[in-house]
Amino acid sequence: MEILVCIKRVPDTSENEIEVNRDGTDIERDDLVYSVNEWDNYAVEEAIQIRDKVGGSVTVVSVGDEEAEEVLRRQMAMGADKGVLLSDDAFEGSDGKGLATILKAEVEKGNYDLILTGAQADDGAGQVGGMLAAMLDWPCASLVNFIEVVDDKKIKVGREIAGGNQEMYEVDLPCVLSIQTGINEPRYVGIRGIRKVASIKIPVHGTGDLGIAPEAVGEPGAKTKRLDYFVPELGEGAEILEGSTDEIIDKLIEFLKAKGGIK
Amino acid sequence: MEAALISPAKATVFGIPTVIFSLIIPLVGVGVFTYIIALRLKPLVKASPDPRFDRPAGRFLKMIKYAVGQYRHPRYMDAGIIHIIIFAGFMILSLRSITLVLLGISDGYVLPGMSGIAGQVYMFFKDFAETFVLAACLAAIYRRIKIKPDRYTVPARYGKEHTWEAILVLLLITGLVTCDMIFEGSQAAAQIQNGFKTKILSPLTGTWFTAYILSFVPADKLQKLHLGAYFSHELIFFFFLCFLPLGKHFHVITSLPNIFLMKLNKGTVKPVKWGVEDEDLDELESFGVKKFEDFTWKHMLDFYSCADCGRCSDNCPANVVGRPLSPRFISIKCRDYSFHKYPLRGKSADDRPLIGDVLEEDEIWSCTTCGACEEECPLFIEYIDKIVDLRRGLVDEGMVPQSLQKPLRTLEKRGNPYGKMEKKRADWTKDLPEDFNVKILGKKETADALYFVDSVTSYDDRIQEIGRAAAMVLTAAGIDFGILGPAERDSGHEVRRFGEEMLFQDLKDRNTEAITDAGVNHIVTADPHTFNALKSDYKGLPPVEHISQTIMKAIKSGKIRLKSIEDPGKIYTYHDPCYLGRHNNIYDDPREAIDSIPGIKRIEMLANCRDRSFCCGGGGLMLFYEPIEEKRMGQVRVEMAKKAGANVIVTACPFCMVNIEDAIKTSGLEGEMEAIDLVELIERHLIEDRRLKIEN
Repeated sequence: MEILVCIKRVPDTSENEIEVNRDGTDIERDDLVYSVNEWDNYAVEEAIQIRDKVGGSVTVVSVGDEEAEEVLRRQMAMGADKGVLLSDDAFEGSDGKGLATILKAEVEKGNYDLILTGAQADDGAGQVGGMLAAMLDWPCASLVNFIEVVDDKKIKVGREIAGGNQEMYEVDLPCVLSIQTGINEPRYVGIRGIRKVASIKIPVHGTGDLGIAPEAVGEPGAKTKRLDYFVPELGEGAEILEGSTDEIIDKLIEFLKAKGGIK
Repeated sequence: MEAALISPAKATVFGIPTVIFSLIIPLVGVGVFTYIIALRLKPLVKASPDPRFDRPAGRFLKMIKYAVGQYRHPRYMDAGIIHIIIFAGFMILSLRSITLVLLGISDGYVLPGMSGIAGQVYMFFKDFAETFVLAACLAAIYRRIKIKPDRYTVPARYGKEHTWEAILVLLLITGLVTCDMIFEGSQAAAQIQNGFKTKILSPLTGTWFTAYILSFVPADKLQKLHLGAYFSHELIFFFFLCFLPLGKHFHVITSLPNIFLMKLNKGTVKPVKWGVEDEDLDELESFGVKKFEDFTWKHMLDFYSCADCGRCSDNCPANVVGRPLSPRFISIKCRDYSFHKYPLRGKSADDRPLIGDVLEEDEIWSCTTCGACEEECPLFIEYIDKIVDLRRGLVDEGMVPQSLQKPLRTLEKRGNPYGKMEKKRADWTKDLPEDFNVKILGKKETADALYFVDSVTSYDDRIQEIGRAAAMVLTAAGIDFGILGPAERDSGHEVRRFGEEMLFQDLKDRNTEAITDAGVNHIVTADPHTFNALKSDYKGLPPVEHISQTIMKAIKSGKIRLKSIEDPGKIYTYHDPCYLGRHNNIYDDPREAIDSIPGIKRIEMLANCRDRSFCCGGGGLMLFYEPIEEKRMGQVRVEMAKKAGANVIVTACPFCMVNIEDAIKTSGLEGEMEAIDLVELIERHLIEDRRLKIEN
């Protein structure tokens, strides 16, 4: 099975103290460390496991600048066979639809049976998977937490729905699935793994290679525009507890007792 | 003296000269034994390299002390004494057994040098040795059957009881000594009956009794007993010899070499592969132990040498709290696996994978590397290096528990496992008293000493207090010091011990560069893990000391003076951190420092102090690991302190503080028990600088 996994390089929320910059257009990026989007990491692990079971290959693809190569390489160290970087100045400022357009062009260059994306990105809007499927006119399932390959025409997928219930689908291939965290336990990638794939060339595809009109993507092609970026004001009834961890815990216990949450 | 019975070298049975048996039994026995040993050596030849022949004189002395001298045996007094008797008896009786074998071929044979008075003295004491061994074997059988100490039981998950094996061997030894008693006793009895002179019968020994009892037996029966005892001895002896390499009694053969070949550098971790320099690690195809042959030959010899005594697991904190780890069964399972994989007959009977089947992942991650098992093992079997090698294999295959992946990733990116910003690494100094300024060392600023803070002290709210106390104590001791600040990375002590060697190498290189740039003359740290890393894992650094050593020096030189204990009603006890005590032999400095506070009351947790200290739960990455366990190690430790009658636990390690304070809370002992770091205790009792200056 030929599998393509779409991944994104994002500032890791667990390793950063995210602050909005002074003019409110973006977050402060000076001291950030980046990693692969958590959901995408699960998607790549799932793709590798499927490949190991039924054969085929796994390709990871990312839209971004040259720094996105770092996450492609990490996922190749994890076990992906190939990496492709989609990079062009014209891609800058793309919205969800723009990203889906770029990815669609890359998908059409290959012969993929299955496309996996993360359910959403730490800094995204959870649009790309669905849009990509619609543009390709392929079936799509979102928030997938179980995959079983039936044959080369069909797969079975599971989705967690409200209340912890599970529903199962049979989906025709090729299709697009957006992957939920927890579907598997992603393997660890150490420095050694990354060094092993350091010399593998990662092809870079731009508008020319993909046959995309530059004005269809990037800022000119965007149908949505970010207006503002801010930390929400404290609303009524909300309170942030302050002090040392112990003090916070004591206050929280007091609160819960006062409101009848605990006795 | 004159023989009254026909010797096995001259006798005939049904017309066949018995000397034929005296020749055939040893030949077959030695042949089978040689064949078994050759097959046992097979996996060792395929194993990884391990240089163990350096410093031979020191090794020899250790072998004398620990193998011949049985130095560690009395740590378990009853079993220890029994073992010492059997062992000493064995050493003495080995000469007798060889003589006996040859006696069957050549009548009246004596070993070279044993013909004169030496021989007589030997024969006199040999009878006592046999009698003591007999008594010890009976006592050991009684222990195995009646007393059944807990440490011998085999939990269901690890297989079936091995008691039969122990009892069989005890019976074999009993048989060996009894046979010689009858062999000699029957001769002496016949001599008495004929009025001949007997050998000197050592009074009250087994032979003495046997000779007396048998003197009432008719002569023809004595002859049969004489030959019967001889050939029974012969058969038992060679059966025993060939039985040794089939199970736990292999240690009878391997223990001396195993102790001679012991690991000499405590606190260190073996390199990924012996003979491969750190710079060349990238060229290695594979890391760590993934299959049995990836173990080093010495580690395989360890498996063979395990005597199944259970002392390791009895002291293993992971085993005590119900984690799926028992060091004893690491050895036993791997030994059995090796025996099946390299069988004595036919093709390999075991194609199970080593990881996931023989050893489980959780088992491998459960170890805190506290070293209690290695400290206890009378045979110096190593566990930490094996665990680290197994973890290296898991890391290389990406099989790392989810709970450890995030801290490892942030260690790679931010140099600490908490994902905190590098630039905030020195923020803990901000809460020091106002006139207090800690220098940040680097190319521009230098100092005499570097205080290496490490991650937990830099970022953990509670542990930062230890950092601040350390800064105050160092100042009070008049030491010109500074810190690396944002240039410092985690020392990587646990990163290495959790098997992530390349990440450790990266952290080590960065720290080494920063320390070199700082240009200091010596390094101080308040964290035993950091201390061990800088001392044992890094190379080419200025001398490193733990702050308890610094404190003691300052107290002795009068630079630090301490006032009377603040709360004379409290009873203190000192908890030895594993990496200060067991791994680095620093037991006394912290105790002396505590005792330097006038009026302090300190007691010991007698059963679990010094090298038998009980691990608090582990440091570094172990804080992130989510083990399968019934209770927490910290809770067990707090319970021990409480039982000893203490209400304040003094420790000298930030991770012990985290775990013990946690355990006090989770055990509901807040208000009853408390924990304090040695540095904090000293800092609270400092006689203030200003007063010192006036007095001086």
